[in-house]
Amino acid sequence: MKFRFQPGQQVRVDNREESGHVRTPDYVKGRRGLVLEVRGIHPDPTDLARGGLGLPYRCLYRVLFEGTEVWPGDKGDPLRLVVDIYENWLTSAETVE
Amino acid sequence: MATTHDHGDHTHDPIEHGEHLPDPEIALLDDAIRELLYDKGIITAEEVQRCIESMEARDGGVNGKRIIARAWTDPQFRQLLLSDAPAALAQLGFALDGPEFIVVENTPKIHNVIVCTLCSCYPRALLGLPPSWYKSKEYRARIVREPRNVLREFGTEISLDVEIRVHDSLADLRFMVLPTRPPGTDGWSEEQLADIVTRDAMIGVRYPQA
Repeated sequence: MKFRFQPGQQVRVDNREESGHVRTPDYVKGRRGLVLEVRGIHPDPTDLARGGLGLPYRCLYRVLFEGTEVWPGDKGDPLRLVVDIYENWLTSAETVE
Repeated sequence: MATTHDHGDHTHDPIEHGEHLPDPEIALLDDAIRELLYDKGIITAEEVQRCIESMEARDGGVNGKRIIARAWTDPQFRQLLLSDAPAALAQLGFALDGPEFIVVENTPKIHNVIVCTLCSCYPRALLGLPPSWYKSKEYRARIVREPRNVLREFGTEISLDVEIRVHDSLADLRFMVLPTRPPGTDGWSEEQLADIVTRDAMIGVRYPQA
């Protein structure tokens, strides 16, 4: 299995609703972050929760978000959030928007 | 600001207000399912008891205290703990199965704190059961939104030139904080150091005190 993203790459979390045992919290949906670390391949949580084998397996990343990106309008006390996100929730945000 | 506080007949940590007892219907369902599993021979009452005992034996973070004290006194162990926690833990005799384990280090520039905003994922393999405030909706919602205020309620003042880094452990990873060794502990033995490491320091809501 090939990892689509590498540490240091900019990514954006999909802003979508999905039913199931979703592990992507709403507060980072649609937000842009930086891949901090690639953390291996793990069973799909929704399939596992339904009693499946966890297929398809997912690449997992630790993604670092600036506090001001997650909470726009904050005065910018130094805050960063690191959230574990599976690859099927991420798209590249490297290209110029 | 109050931290752990007293109500005359009991004390509790901040944020514990508003916690509810388990729903009686859920408790009943839990009992019923357990009885069924016993009856069908899938698990035994002894196995459940052993699990409870092993979980309770980790309460208060006894294992975590040893790990932190070792990291404070052995730079090589500290390096390994931060780069490959399972390998470091194996040196102390901890063989962890289950979720991957990561130790994050507090520095003069970064203060780490752990949460699971979606449920109550917690490094149980080392720290036992999470405190009730860790599972509360209030902690889970506020620590990612206004961590400085939440930490202040725990009596922990984080200066504005220090980044607060919140780790939301909601998937396959579990985290523990390596706190900064407090001043005034030069020459202390590993055992003495382990004594001042608290569960809350390893979650990142309090500092260890010499």
